[in-house]
Amino acid sequence: MRVVVDYDLCESNAVCMGIAPEIFEVRDDDFLYVLDEHPPESMRAKVEEAVQRCPKQAISIAED
Amino acid sequence: MDRSHTTLVVGASLAGMHAARTLRNGGHTGRIVVLDADRHTPYDKPPLSKQVLAQGWGPERLTLPAVDEELDLDLRLSTRAVGLDLDERTVSVEALAGPERFEFDTLVLATGAAARRLPGTDDVDGVHVVRTLDDALGLRAELEARPGRVVVVGAGFIGAEVAASCRALGLEVTVVEALPVPLERVLGAEMGAVCGRLHVEHGVDLRLGTGVDHFDTVPGEGGRRRVVGVALTDGTVVPAEVVVVGIGVSVTTSWLEGSGLTLDDGVVCDETLLAAPGVVAAGDVARYPSARFGQSLRVEHWEHAVQGGEAAGRRLLADLRGDEPQRFDPVPWFWSDQYDRKLQLAGRPAPTDHVEVVHGSTEEFRFVALYGREGRLVGVLGMNRPRHVIQLRALLDDGASFDEACARAATL
Repeated sequence: MRVVVDYDLCESNAVCMGIAPEIFEVRDDDFLYVLDEHPPESMRAKVEEAVQRCPKQAISIAED
Repeated sequence: MDRSHTTLVVGASLAGMHAARTLRNGGHTGRIVVLDADRHTPYDKPPLSKQVLAQGWGPERLTLPAVDEELDLDLRLSTRAVGLDLDERTVSVEALAGPERFEFDTLVLATGAAARRLPGTDDVDGVHVVRTLDDALGLRAELEARPGRVVVVGAGFIGAEVAASCRALGLEVTVVEALPVPLERVLGAEMGAVCGRLHVEHGVDLRLGTGVDHFDTVPGEGGRRRVVGVALTDGTVVPAEVVVVGIGVSVTTSWLEGSGLTLDDGVVCDETLLAAPGVVAAGDVARYPSARFGQSLRVEHWEHAVQGGEAAGRRLLADLRGDEPQRFDPVPWFWSDQYDRKLQLAGRPAPTDHVEVVHGSTEEFRFVALYGREGRLVGVLGMNRPRHVIQLRALLDDGASFDEACARAATL
């Protein structure tokens, strides 16, 4: 799977970082960085939770 | 699961749609009917006071994702629930075609809340609230006519966001707040004052410690009146072509009176969101006992509606499958975007709590503050510090001490 962030929608609420800090990081410049665009399958549940919890619906999963 | 089982979800709100999705994805193979008084496709509300007003977002950008998922929901819009009969297990509604009655086996109550209005303003044009999509579109149409001044009554989060949107449009804005400090009940006096300064920095005429005495009006269209000014209790009059009232909400529970459910500023639920056998509540309308905070809570936050909807769905599934029901007691969290600032609050601080800025500076409107009570961490407030808030919020989950939280903040 590939983690896709729509940066036009992202408001850096950092909810995703709270759920999966291994993948999402909001830095001091207030922007979100995806640390691992291709996380292992074992992380799927957490990524899906981040997709659901994002207040701006800015995260999606693309299948490779 | 029984394919003839019908679940009725009253309120196609964030909470209602998340409950419906949780039920379907959790193996509910029966009928799921979702009804709502609103005429619009179920939509997300946070953009109403911001992107819809100031950035021209249309309804198509607000649709809740569950609408486009293949959940096989029977969605009934423009359908207002007016009564519940728990013995007959029916909900009566007023729909466009007339009255109707829906039978259910299980029921989700997610009717949310409605904006409070000032008495005597129903026939006054130019006076708005912002709660529904139609509210926001109506206000936007008036803002597009470039009014000379907008008066916002109430410096709560909706009022603050509307004021910021109006300033972004280059409009003159006066904010009137009855309390001496904005948001004092939510953030305490010290942090509330910071929020007040943020308005002033952005050119808002902020009037604190004064209420609205009455609206000055002139004859308008169709026998209605039109607002031209707001007379304050301090004796001054602020000219206004548009007024936005943001004085809180009242829960939509009048249709449940006499149903046998316990109502007390919300639908009273147990710690699993169950209000009666087979009946759950979620979102703004649900009142539940929080062991975490040692009090009964009713929370009006976006994420709480998502989590509550999911928990309510899971609660019904637990009964259907014979699983152990789970407690619902998350740490409340919300955000508010005002001007170029993002304010985030986790926890449930009280005005009397000790508050300490542990990172950044309030003068720069970029900081983190912690709230402590009896040595415990009870709240995390951030302005343009989302990373810190999200990481410190985890400490609230763990029941950390105030000192621990301060030490952790120093390492971020």
